[in-house]
Amino acid sequence: MPSKFWGYRRENGRVGVRNHVIILPVDDLSNAACEAVANNIKGTLAIPHPYGRLQFGADLDLHFRTLIGTGSNPNVAAVVVIGIEEGWTKKVVDAIAATGKPVTGFGIELHGDHDTIMRASKVAKTYLQAASELHRVECPVSELWVSTKCGESDTTSGCGANPTVGDAFDKLYAAGCTLIFGETSEITGGEQIVAARCRDDKVRKEFMRMFDRYQEMINRHKTTDLSESQPTKGNIAGGLTTIEEKALGNIQKIGRKCIVDGVLDKAEMPTGPGLWFMDSSSAAAEMVTLCAAAGYVVHFFPTGQGNVIGNPILPVIKICANPRTVRTMSEHVDVDTSGLLQREITMDQAGDRLLDMMFRTANGRLTAAEALGHREFVLTRLYESA
Amino acid sequence: MIHCVLHDPKDSVAVVVVEGVKAGQTLTGLILDENRTITLPCAQDIPLGHKVALKDMSVGDTVIKYGVDIGKVVAAIKTGQHAHVHNIKTKRW
Repeated sequence: MPSKFWGYRRENGRVGVRNHVIILPVDDLSNAACEAVANNIKGTLAIPHPYGRLQFGADLDLHFRTLIGTGSNPNVAAVVVIGIEEGWTKKVVDAIAATGKPVTGFGIELHGDHDTIMRASKVAKTYLQAASELHRVECPVSELWVSTKCGESDTTSGCGANPTVGDAFDKLYAAGCTLIFGETSEITGGEQIVAARCRDDKVRKEFMRMFDRYQEMINRHKTTDLSESQPTKGNIAGGLTTIEEKALGNIQKIGRKCIVDGVLDKAEMPTGPGLWFMDSSSAAAEMVTLCAAAGYVVHFFPTGQGNVIGNPILPVIKICANPRTVRTMSEHVDVDTSGLLQREITMDQAGDRLLDMMFRTANGRLTAAEALGHREFVLTRLYESA
Repeated sequence: MIHCVLHDPKDSVAVVVVEGVKAGQTLTGLILDENRTITLPCAQDIPLGHKVALKDMSVGDTVIKYGVDIGKVVAAIKTGQHAHVHNIKTKRW
């Protein structure tokens, strides 16, 4: 494995692998202005979403944490924030500004869309031109933050694509990288295996507290055994029968050697290298959005039946071992490890193939999802708005 | 050609990894953890990604995959038959 990659070193010392200038709405009402700015200034990226009004408590905290984390991610060079009013807009701007990167906010009230779009476009143009003059520098691999989450899994995920990620994670862990997995409901049936991998009793207790809380939530709201939701209809079509089977396939992603060094709340930033568990939804776009907000810069996404997800700022590398999906959905697959199931390649070779694609992606190669324009940005909600 | 794979020699089901598996075929199965193969008769057509039973199982039996419990049998399954949601259910939720 190479020891270095080419990345963008940001003001706070973190390293990104993309150089986005994003136009970030605080709330649903500001999507139109953000999209207009991104249309005016070619090369900037609006990140529209449906929330941000009348949320409160932990749900509002998570909303802010996700937006602030997204703006603070080192794959982002600079940020224009637009909100319906200035108070919450300033809250997001001030927190992103703590990273040292350029960020400016605009409130629409008392100005209207036209005036806001004009002023925001002028700033966005300045940011984009400045970002276009930044250069990649050589960085040690230990500075890479790599996340994983699988989707539209089938049985080939558990015996091919997910263990490929596991092999790569074992190698990245040894290199001192910062790694993460999550999907709390999708550990069901394998929770004791994850618990046994936790660094110490404190981490294990925290992990089990998060796991048990999620189980309690599911038991409180369920009307069936969740079949067709978890596992999904697509999982079942692909041959997965129970949540336990899906979970055991899922946790192949954490390899055989990595230790679970700590646990995080949704969109919370890790405090050091190692493997972290994030208490999160198992829905693909929600989890990948939370990984980006936590500061991760490259994502490993194994799929069986062919999930097509991407993210606006986080390059999502797709790994697939299902020979039919590789044939019928080839435009979505970055790394084909179907040879594993015919013993044509070893797990060590499959992991190295993924790491090779990771370095190429980190150095600038666009993923299939980026080339296809997949920019799913989905905020996790905890409960109803006020 | 490898028709199906299992993780652990104790597994009671294996995953079909090729298209077009038909009843009456003899299947070659790869035990991933040991890198050796087994053979078994196939009793039903089984789609890619779906599971074939490696032993006879009765209602209430625990199904083993990855060497651990992945659910319970809710309709009897014979060796070589298709094992899925029509005869296996979760023990959770």
